[in-house]
Amino acid sequence: MDHGDATARAIPQQAHHGSEQGQQHPLGIYFGIWALLFVLSAFSYAVDYFAFQGFARWSLILLFMWLKAGLIVAVFMHMRWERSALMYAILVPPLVLAVLVSLMSWESDYTFWTRIIFFGFE
Amino acid sequence: MADHGIAEPGAELRGLESFVADWSGDQEAFKRVHWGKAMMWIFLLSDTFVFGVFLTSYMTVRSSTTIPWPNTSEVFALTIGGQHVPLLLIAIMTFILISSSGTMALAVNYGYRRDRRKTMLLMLATAAFGATFVSMQAFEWTKLILEGVRPWSNPWGAPQFGACFFMITGFHGLHVSIGVIYLTTIALKVNRGDYERKGNYEVVEIAGLYWHFVDLVWVFIFAFFYLW
Repeated sequence: MDHGDATARAIPQQAHHGSEQGQQHPLGIYFGIWALLFVLSAFSYAVDYFAFQGFARWSLILLFMWLKAGLIVAVFMHMRWERSALMYAILVPPLVLAVLVSLMSWESDYTFWTRIIFFGFE
Repeated sequence: MADHGIAEPGAELRGLESFVADWSGDQEAFKRVHWGKAMMWIFLLSDTFVFGVFLTSYMTVRSSTTIPWPNTSEVFALTIGGQHVPLLLIAIMTFILISSSGTMALAVNYGYRRDRRKTMLLMLATAAFGATFVSMQAFEWTKLILEGVRPWSNPWGAPQFGACFFMITGFHGLHVSIGVIYLTTIALKVNRGDYERKGNYEVVEIAGLYWHFVDLVWVFIFAFFYLW
């Protein structure tokens, strides 16, 4: 872990056991995705700036959100080039959050109506 | 699965089949994946649940309150040169964080090209973007606190707004701050030639995973907390 440069450069490229070529991709991909993320963020901001409401608002927000998240995970985090073993192990478990979200939206609906019925409007 | 015999069983398989082959294979599930990378991914998975639970509880309190939720478009508006621009501060913060993700992705690439100087500079640029982001967040917090936002009350509507705001953005800001320290440390080690000697720049990619995750979480916070 410390000083002395010595033999450093002599070590061959693929010294360690592996990771297929260590995620080496052309730079163009990153610049492309970067630009795309900027554009998508501008679109999400535009949703607020032009004050879209109702269905258009939340469907556009979700669309841009998922596109951005997908691009970051797939390209910047290199998930699309990883082995399926890692891909499934990481991407599948978060799906259980959907269960929590649906339970809690059910629960909050109940709380909301309980408040309306027993406390009325403020 | 058929018996493939030699060195790398299941190497030619794709998709679900390769997943099954790897997970039912001997000794290791994540074949040819650096252990540090697998561990970082598993940590990020656990962190996904932390943020997932924060955002779910925000959804729960917001949809169960009978008092109107404060209009974030107005709360986070800035007045620049007499012009009232909605949500401006947050938009700028979003662009800063995306820029930092871009420089980080390039740093990882230059790391694998063994260009120490460019890798270090790009990582330091990423950390600088991160520090800028946190400073803007500090400004935002100060502004809101001065306007009377507290975790239990605020001047504009549902009292749960403050609790959600401080909890979610605070925890995210903590992640960014830790990331700035983490990236600076690795950048200095790159410059010192630590990874040159080992012939392995995967450490840069692992740090990059953490940083991209921080950006990823912001995508969700931006959508659900600020835009919704």
